[in-house]
Order: sequence, then structure tokens, then C-alpha cells
Amino acid sequence: MYASIKSFASSFFVTGDPLIYGADVSIALTSIAILFVLFYFKKWGWLWREWLTTVDHKKIGIMYLIASLLMLFRGGVDALLMRTQLALPNVHFLQADHYNEVFTTHGTIMILFMAMPMMFGLFNMVVPLQIGARDVAYPFLNSVSFWLFLFGAMLFNISFVIGGSPDAGWLSYPPLSELSGSSGVGENFYIWGIQISGIGSLATGINFIVTILKMRAPGMKFMKMPMFTWSVFSSSIIIIFAFPILTVTLALLFIDRYMGGHLFTMDGGGFPMMYINLIWMWGHPEVYIVVLPAFGIFSEIVATFSRKRIFGYKSMVFALMSISILSFFTWVHHFFTMGSGADVNVAFAIATMAIGIPTGAKVFNWLFTMFRGRIRLEQPMMWTLAFIPCFVVGGATGVMLAVAPADYQYHNSYFLIAHFHQVLIGGVVFGYLAGIYYWWPKLFGFKLNERLGKYAFWLWNIGFYVCFMPQYALGFMGMTRRVYTYGWDMGWGPLNLVSTIGAFLMGIGFVFQVWQILYSVKYGERDKTGDPWNARTLEWSIPSPPPMYNFAVVPVVDERDPFWEEKERRNFAPAEPVPVAKLEPIHMPRNSGIPFIFAACWFVAGFGFVFGWNWMAFTGLAGVGISLLVRSFTYDTDYYVPLEEVIETEKAAGRAV
Amino acid sequence: MKKRSNLRGLLLLITGLLTTVLLSGCDSKFVVFDPQGPVAQTQYKLIILSAILCAIVVIPVLAITVFIVLRYRDKPGNTAPYKPHWDDSKVLEILWWGIPIVIIVILGGYTARDTYALARTPKTAVTDVKPVEIQVTSLDWKWLFMYPEQNIATVNYVHIPAGVQVHFELTSDAPMNSFWIPQLGGQEYTMPGMAMSLWLQADKTGSFYGTGANFSGKEFAHMRFNVTSESQADFNKWVDGVKGKSHELTEAGYNELAIPGKSEEQTFSSYPTELFDSIVKKNGGHHMDMDMDENNDDKVDTDEQKSDSKNAHDMDDMSDMDMSNMNSSEMNHK
Amino acid sequence: MQHAIDNGHSQHAAGSHDHGHHDQESMKVLGFWIFLVTDCLLFGTLFATYVVLKGHVDGGPTGKELFEIPGFVAETFILLTSSFTSGLAVLAMNKGKVNQLIGWLIVTAVLGASFVGLEINEFVNMVNEGAKISTSAFLTAFFTLVGTHGLHVSVGLIWMIGLMVQLKMRGITPVTRRKITVISLYWHFLDVVWIFLFTIVYLMGVM
Repeated sequence: MYASIKSFASSFFVTGDPLIYGADVSIALTSIAILFVLFYFKKWGWLWREWLTTVDHKKIGIMYLIASLLMLFRGGVDALLMRTQLALPNVHFLQADHYNEVFTTHGTIMILFMAMPMMFGLFNMVVPLQIGARDVAYPFLNSVSFWLFLFGAMLFNISFVIGGSPDAGWLSYPPLSELSGSSGVGENFYIWGIQISGIGSLATGINFIVTILKMRAPGMKFMKMPMFTWSVFSSSIIIIFAFPILTVTLALLFIDRYMGGHLFTMDGGGFPMMYINLIWMWGHPEVYIVVLPAFGIFSEIVATFSRKRIFGYKSMVFALMSISILSFFTWVHHFFTMGSGADVNVAFAIATMAIGIPTGAKVFNWLFTMFRGRIRLEQPMMWTLAFIPCFVVGGATGVMLAVAPADYQYHNSYFLIAHFHQVLIGGVVFGYLAGIYYWWPKLFGFKLNERLGKYAFWLWNIGFYVCFMPQYALGFMGMTRRVYTYGWDMGWGPLNLVSTIGAFLMGIGFVFQVWQILYSVKYGERDKTGDPWNARTLEWSIPSPPPMYNFAVVPVVDERDPFWEEKERRNFAPAEPVPVAKLEPIHMPRNSGIPFIFAACWFVAGFGFVFGWNWMAFTGLAGVGISLLVRSFTYDTDYYVPLEEVIETEKAAGRAV
Repeated sequence: MKKRSNLRGLLLLITGLLTTVLLSGCDSKFVVFDPQGPVAQTQYKLIILSAILCAIVVIPVLAITVFIVLRYRDKPGNTAPYKPHWDDSKVLEILWWGIPIVIIVILGGYTARDTYALARTPKTAVTDVKPVEIQVTSLDWKWLFMYPEQNIATVNYVHIPAGVQVHFELTSDAPMNSFWIPQLGGQEYTMPGMAMSLWLQADKTGSFYGTGANFSGKEFAHMRFNVTSESQADFNKWVDGVKGKSHELTEAGYNELAIPGKSEEQTFSSYPTELFDSIVKKNGGHHMDMDMDENNDDKVDTDEQKSDSKNAHDMDDMSDMDMSNMNSSEMNHK
Repeated sequence: MQHAIDNGHSQHAAGSHDHGHHDQESMKVLGFWIFLVTDCLLFGTLFATYVVLKGHVDGGPTGKELFEIPGFVAETFILLTSSFTSGLAVLAMNKGKVNQLIGWLIVTAVLGASFVGLEINEFVNMVNEGAKISTSAFLTAFFTLVGTHGLHVSVGLIWMIGLMVQLKMRGITPVTRRKITVISLYWHFLDVVWIFLFTIVYLMGVM
């Protein structure tokens, strides 16, 4: 009995590595601490009522943000582990299989569990406010999406201490990721972690398309929408076309692993190249899913901090939409070296270069928004200004990579690594950070400390170039990605050491940002106006943080930067009294615990499938079905906020009633 | 002022790093910048061309950025014009949509030219020199090289005659990898069940770094091999030496070699002649034959069959295989 | 759940929308249409996989040897009929006849259930003949594609039964009306997918 328990435990828990024991201990201690605090301060009810069951897009956005910062920490630690291992030749800090796990989880977490939720956080925090809506189109579904993401991410992350992490790369190419190449449960964790959160992402895509189509304030025609809303719209369109492909691809891989299928195996007539095509049909659009909203953020920030209208609005919209279409016709550039033939390679090379055209035009439009403006270098604007040169260079190396015959020399080398980190960090991370600094005062009612923010900014930026510029060179020196060690003979040592130093600078930058947030919670500059940046769009016209219903009176829009124009009018005729609108009871959705339970059931099902425990998997699936039925039978899903409460809230925020 | 000096410092740092990278390109350690054969030479020229074309856009953009940020700061007494409602200009839009289009057209033209050029069987200057055939199999985690004409095999190192075209035929008996000798030319995937062609040539004698470039599992980092280019006479001498001294690679010996693990350099005086074909067939080349036998009247499969018959044909007669045949068979399977 | 201008009647006549429940429900139908787009892509990807792997039989049985014409023809007729009866259900709903509506839904569900039954029977026969999901790439792709459709139909059945109960409890309201509209959309969609399955998998398989 004891022996069987022991043998189960040794295969169930990951053993044998001091780093992992350390993680075990810290996870256990953190969990105990959280449980203790919740019990001691009797916060269970508060947690359940205010957060776990909420359907308020602002709270969901905040939860996305917190989760994505935690994931940034995890993915960042992975990155530092890798850079430590590669700092010098022949380092024995990580073993081969451990290194392979670390780069796999780093990539997966950074794209799917860091960039995606941070993006969804910004969607949620901003879009309804920006279009003058009181919530998203489907608040219940929105909550479902969040909990699916969170439970999917948790399922993926527990593989670190239970069962073993995936180690076949962030896209899990078969046949390496098939049972023949990876017999452990790591790949199952990969499949189910992404699958569960992927369903949530798909739902969010649908949700925001309908929100933007149907819930805009009266008068806000399509060509009067803020640029960020446009970027969310184009990104959501890519989501609904790309994510079903991911869902199917992962399901097919799982069928191979779980039911002995032969879709992508080496034997049985399987065809691994099919998987590589399918995963990149999702994977390439995915890159644009995360970068387009960043473009939207930059557009808002550049206009606000240059005190000027965005330059070339129509051309910007056209660029966004053409990028979202072109993004579906470039996937083969991820494997020019597969030998698909000259015709195919040329077609995809040119399609890839063509994406550079609208992207380049956007850069010029941002520059000319600043031209003849008045630039204020506040934190959001600093990140935007750091983005432009970084992204321009990263984009240029992207065009170089698109040259198919030359790509035969860059492919899978550190040149490629440097390129995509430059566009993903310089574009996506800088963009989201800029967005967080920009909208933070709106959501929380205070600014983030400027001094600490500047330290973080410079550490991130200098660290970035120190880390990744040497990697371009390493690519030309023949260093391939995913090697866990290298010898002295190739002369890769010095540049790798420089690169590692840069990575740690960025790590310190992140620590400064955490400190900045904690510090600012206590000492941050409070904003009573609701408009700390002298900004242009609707979200700044309401108090910060916004009341639960956002807009006491739904605004009517008749121009592009409605709040800015209204401020101009008021400055022009200060004597004219501001009309006070009549308030009415407000129709709002009710909180619901079903999304949380529904997603938890998916987690149970996923965990069961990971270990092949059918009893558990099908119990979980039954729970999923029951949750859906219970929701279907629930008719009491909304209520009216009484007039007195609306008046009370508005008065408390210092607004004229 | 302090901010601006920080910005300048950053820019200096970037230019410094870039210059280091570009200048040290002359160093032989930068294998991609040290082409030793016609394929690598073509690719090197494309790399330089694309870098220059990109620089034509990038450098002015960076300059404009610096200029605009310095000139239009929100400072008291700034005399630069401020036009908050100026937000459209047809001329400028045409300019910055137009210039990238022109550049992409130029670059696309060169890309197409070289892609087609490299996909063709290269024409030799010295027409009467017969290309060398080498069959390459990536295993977990080692490289097996077989010389069908000489009937010898090596592991983790390969000898080629200088100035002679080498036709590498690539497959894998393990998860996909990628075969890369940067100084001779770009990489190509080795895939189970596929036989891919890669034509390379070393102009001079020398020793080159070769590596697996696509992650294939635990000891992937050790999938390195050394390429020795030597005169035809030395090459022949080496072949004779191998034939004389080392033991042979048997079927059983191959199965043992295919077991996952690292390997030292090894040499074999002979190997089973059908070994490469059987590796390709057992990993999926097999089903192609089934198609031909059973679905002869299946119209949808016609294309596939055509390429399959080509495939089968090529396997019989390796010497006149050309790349476009193999490529077309790959395409049909997408 | 609410619409931004639910209470906008008084001050903002500018947005002269239809208000209240009607608007909310139509928004949900729009969302469902977008969901169907994603489901289309899901099936499209599965079809692509199937078409690519169709010839990869690896020495195992081919479609021509396995597919039995009476079986899949019967499945087709049953599913097409159920699509028709679900249309009749919507017509009954539009006339406000709740019992007739439930009646047609029951007919639809029974037809759907017999479709699923026949399909399971077909699968069991194939497995007994030695054509399992693990036999070859072709069969994995076949079972995955056809099975995914069958799973969709089965989920639709449970959903439909749930809606019948709700109709019995609440009658025809804007909310139940929207739910019936949505499930009939879903049912027609599955019918269209089946027509593709019938053509690409079965007809081209036996030809």
C-alpha cells in the first residue's frame, strides 16, 4: 500500500530538482497565507460577491490585469533561467530536459497567458467606457471568458510541480509532441491549458465584436469611433477567424495522444506537416491579434499627449483592417525551409512584405500626429516614443526575414529570436504598458508614481537593447534557438553574456514596476477630475474610478474626439450653463456564480484528461453541461439600479446631479 | 535636459551595438557573412540588399522621430508651429504609402528571382564534373551521412570535394530537424517520410560548421557536425581509407544507431543499399504506394499520384532527381 | 445584458432605436450568428484535414470498402427531415401556438436522436470490421470529422429538450422566442454541414 502510494506520488509530483522543491514550498506557503487571510478577516463573502461572481467589465478587466502580471512574472523567471544557463559556454545550471521545459513554458505563457489576458484586460477596462456603453454586449459570457482563461492558465502552470511541464516548444510540433516523442503528461497539460483558455478567448472575440457593433453611444458612427476601439474591432475579427483553427489543431493532437490516432504521427500514415501548417494558420494571425490593440493604444496616447487630432484617421483605419486581412495569408513564412516550392514561397514572401506597407504607414501617421503638436513626456508617452524606433527596426528585420532565400540563413537562428522579441516586446509589451500607465488613473483613481516609473522605463529600454541586439549577431554566428548549451569553439560566449546582462536589467525594471504599483497605491497622486491627462475620448468624461454603471446618462456623440471638443466648446463659452441631464433608474446585469463553477468544471475535466482519468474527466464534463443547463433555466438575470442610488453615487463622485 | 541626454545615451548605445555587429561581420566567426559557396553567396547578397533597402526607410524615420520629439516639446516659449486641427494630407499619405510599396516591389522582385534560381538544379560551370550524392538522415540526436556512389557512411561529420556540386538528399527517422551549413548555404528541413533535395557547393577547401537547426528533443544541442571540403584527390583518398579501415553498417547496426542518444563521429565502410529508401518509406513514404495500387480511379488523388509516381521514380534513379519534383510532391500534401 | 440607451428615451431622442428586451434579444441572435461563423471555421479545418489525409490509409481499409450506402442515405434523409420539422416549429411559434411548437420540436428531437443512433450503429459496425480510430490517418480524420458533427447534434438534442421544458413553464415570451430562433439556426447549420459531409466524405468516398 505504502509502496504504491509512493510510486504514484513520485510520478504525479515532479521530483528531483531543487528549483522545483523550492517552487513547491513557495506555492504551498502562498496558498496557506492566502487562505489564512481570507479566513482570518472573514473575506470569503467579499471575495465571492465582489470578484468571483462579478459581471462588471471593469472588475473583470482588473482581474485580467492582475493575472497577466503574475504570468509576466512566471514567464520572466523562465527567461532569466534560460539566460543564466546561456550566459557562458558549458554552464551546468539547468539540465537539457529542464531547459527544454523552461523555453516551452516561457513561450507559451508569454503569448497565451500574458499577452492575451493583458490585452483582454485592456479591452475590458477601456472599450465600453470609450464607446459610451454601460457594459459589454454579454456580461455573463465575459465573466465565463475570464474564468476559462484563469483556470486554463492554472492548469498549464501546475504542470510545473505536478506531472511535469511540456517540453516540445511553444507550438508543440509533432511528431516530437506525439506519444512517441513525449510520453509524459506535459503535452496534455499544454493541450488542455490552451484549449480551455482558448475557448474563453474565442468568446471574448465574439463579445467585443457585438459590443462594438451594437453598443456604441448614439451618434458614434463607425468613422467616429476612437482608434483603440477600431483596433479592438480588427483584433476581434482576427480572433474569431483564427481561434477555431487552434481549437481544432489541439483537439486533433489530443486525439492522436489519447485515442491512438494517426493524424500527425510518424507511423500509420500520419502527416506531421499538416499540423505545422494548421498551427501557423492560427499562430501568425495571433501575432497580429496581440499587436493591433497596441497600435490602437499608441494612437490614443500620441493624440492625447501631442494635444492634436490623430493624423490620417481614415488611412489608420484602412491600415488596421488591411493588416487583419493580410495576416491570414502569410503563415508559410514560418517554414519557408519546408520546401513547399518556389511558387508558394514567393507568394507568401511577398504577402509578408506587403504587411510592412500599412504598418509603415501607421508609423508615419503617429509621427505626423506629433508634428506641429505639443508633446508632453509623461509615462504613457515615454513608452510610446520608445516603441517607435524599436518597432521600426524590428519591422525592418521582419521584412528581411520575409525574403525567402535569405530566410534559409536566418531561420531557427538567434536572428529570428531577436526579431520576434523586438516586435513583441517593443510593440506588444511596450504598448500594453503604455496603455496600463495611461488608463490606470481612470480605473483606480490615482496616477502611478513618475520617478519609479522612469527608473523602470530606462531599465526596460536599455535592458532590451543590451539583451536583443547581440542576439541578431549571434544568429549570424550560426547560433540556433533552443540549444541548452554551447561550447567555447564558436565564439558565442561574449555576446551571450552581454545578452544575459540585458535580460536581468529588464527583470530589475519589472521589479521597479511592481514596487511602483505598491508605492502608488499608498502615495500615488489622487485624481479628482476624472481627466488627469487632458484627454480626448469619452472615458475621461466620467469620474475615476467610474461608477458601476459607467455613464449616469448615456452621452450623445457627434464628432471624433467628443470629450475634447466638448471641453473646447466650454472654454469658448464658459458662461453658458452646463445642461444637467435628468437621471433615471439604470438597467444592469446581475452577478452570477455560474461562470466560475463552469470554468472550474472545465479545469476538473482537463485535469482528468491530462492524466487519462476518465472518471474525473467525464465528471468535469457533466459539471460543464449542468452549469449550462442551470444558466439556461435562469431567467432573473438583470435588475434596475434605483434612482436614489444613482444620485447618491454621482454626488459622491462630485458630479452635478 | 537630463531626459534628453538619457535619450542620446540610448541612441549612442544602439548605434554602438549596431556598428559592432556590422563591423565584426568581417570576422570569420560570423559564418553567415562568410559565404564559401555559390548558394551562400546568393543568400548573402540578398541579406545585404534587403538590409540596405530597409535602412532607406528606417534611418530617415529614426531621424524624423528625433527631430519631431525635440522640436515639438510642450515647453513654454517653444516657437514651433502648433496646429491642433491639422490632421490630413493627401500628399504625405501618398508619399508614405508609396515609398514602402516601391521598396517592397524591388525587394519582392529580387526575392522571386533568387527563390526560383535556388529551386532549380544548379548549372555547373564545369559541366563534365558529376555531382556528389549524399543521403542525410537526422536521427535522435545525431546525423547519418550515406554516400550511395561510394557506398560508405559517416556519423556527425561529412567530407565533400571542393568545387563540385553536392546533392544532399534529406530525410529524418526522428522528429523533424533542419540541415544547416551556414557557410555553404541556408538550411532545409529534414522530415520523416519525405526526401528533400538541397544543392550546395564549396568553392574552396576548408572546414565548416554544420548543425541541426530545428528543435528535436532532449539532446538537440549536440546535433552538430563538421563539414570538410577537400580536393578531389584528397576526397578519393579519404573514401579509400574509409573503405579499407572501418567496419560496415548493418541493418541491426542502423537500428542501434537510431536509438535516441548522443554520438561521437563514426565511420562505416559500407551500408545496406536500400537503407535510405526504406527509411523514407517506413515513415510515410509507404502510404503513397498504397494510393497508387488501390485508388487508381480516384480522381481527387490524381495529382498526388502523379507526384508519388515521380517520387517512386526518383527513388529508383537518384542521380536525375531534381528539386522541383520533390517540392511538388510536398506541395500536394499540404 | 442591458442596452446603453435603455433609459435614453427622455433626453436622447437622437438614437431612435427599438428599446428594451427586443433589442437585447436581437443582439444575442447576432452573437449566435458570429458563433456559427466560428463553428463553420471549425468544421472547415476538420474538412481540410480530412481531405488531405483521405489517401493516407496505411494499408488499412479505404472509404470505398467501409461506407454503406443505405446507412448514410438514411441518415441524410432523417437529418434533412428534422431540419424541415424544426422550420415548422418556428412557423408554429410565429403563430403563437405553443403546443404545436413543442410538438414539432419533439418530432425534430426524435429524428435527431435516430440520426445519432444510426451514426453510432455505423461506427460500431466499422470498429467491428477492424476499422478503428487508431487504424490509419484516414480513419482518425474520418471519425474525428463525422464524430464532431454527431457530437454537435447530440448537444443540440439536450439543449432542445431543455428548451421544451422552458416553453412548457413559460410559454412563448421574447426570451424563449429568441432561444427557439437560435436553436433552429443551429439545427439548420448542422444540416448544411451534413450536406458537405455527405458529399465530400460519403459520396466522394464510395465513388
